[in-house]
Amino acid sequence: MIPLSWYLILAAALFSLGLFGVLSRKNAVAILMGVELMLNAVNINLVAFWRYSAPEVIAGQVFTIIVFAVSAAEVAVGLALVISLYRRRQTVIAENIDLLRW
Amino acid sequence: MTPVQIIFLVVSLMLLVSAFMVVTVRNLVRAALWLISTLFMTAVVFVLLDAGFLAVVQVVVYIGAIAILFIFAVMLTRRVMADTGPQTNANGWWVGLSSLALFAGITWILLGWGGSSADAPIFPAGLDTVTDLGMGLVDPNGFILPFEVASVLLLAALIGAIVVAWDRDN
Repeated sequence: MIPLSWYLILAAALFSLGLFGVLSRKNAVAILMGVELMLNAVNINLVAFWRYSAPEVIAGQVFTIIVFAVSAAEVAVGLALVISLYRRRQTVIAENIDLLRW
Repeated sequence: MTPVQIIFLVVSLMLLVSAFMVVTVRNLVRAALWLISTLFMTAVVFVLLDAGFLAVVQVVVYIGAIAILFIFAVMLTRRVMADTGPQTNANGWWVGLSSLALFAGITWILLGWGGSSADAPIFPAGLDTVTDLGMGLVDPNGFILPFEVASVLLLAALIGAIVVAWDRDN
């Protein structure tokens, strides 16, 4: 069978790739894609711990369902912000969106 | 090497390659398509973990809704970037190094933790996780409060997205 650590290392690699995308991308839509990768890594971790520690307790899957709902909400609002920003300032590059800088 | 392990390794390799393409590929429409591949491979990982319902939800919600939303957003805002020139900001190398360091750190902690080499317990026969999940989500002693909060959150996000993206000038 597959040891638990394989899933955890897979999730860690996916999380690191998502972090790289969030921190290095210029385009705001691509930054949101990186956030999605990180949320998926968390989901893999949650389901792996559910399966390996207590499959008869459903709480692990409920956590994952809540993460699904939160990420759907996050993407909807985030992409609406990006589109609204694009309409007003003709840019989706995160570095140019500096209205609030000190 | 059992067949399940080989399947896991192939799936996780495809998952990581797809995720790498999502964060590095220049054309954002292609990045969105690689994102779909990543999400699908995550669904396969859920199947390997005996969470079939979550795999279906992953395909329906993530690929069916979120990835399509991403493709819409990319196409609506695409003229600006024109998909040429560098897509990463000036911190590219430092960010790559720190991400690698994060991965190495997590792996190091995991390898030092004794519980991480545990094998999965035998999946209890007759355990119906879909029914359990459905009952748990509407059970007053279970998870009805998080469930309702998630519903309200989704409604608020829906209305918020419409209000934010509303074009008031037209």
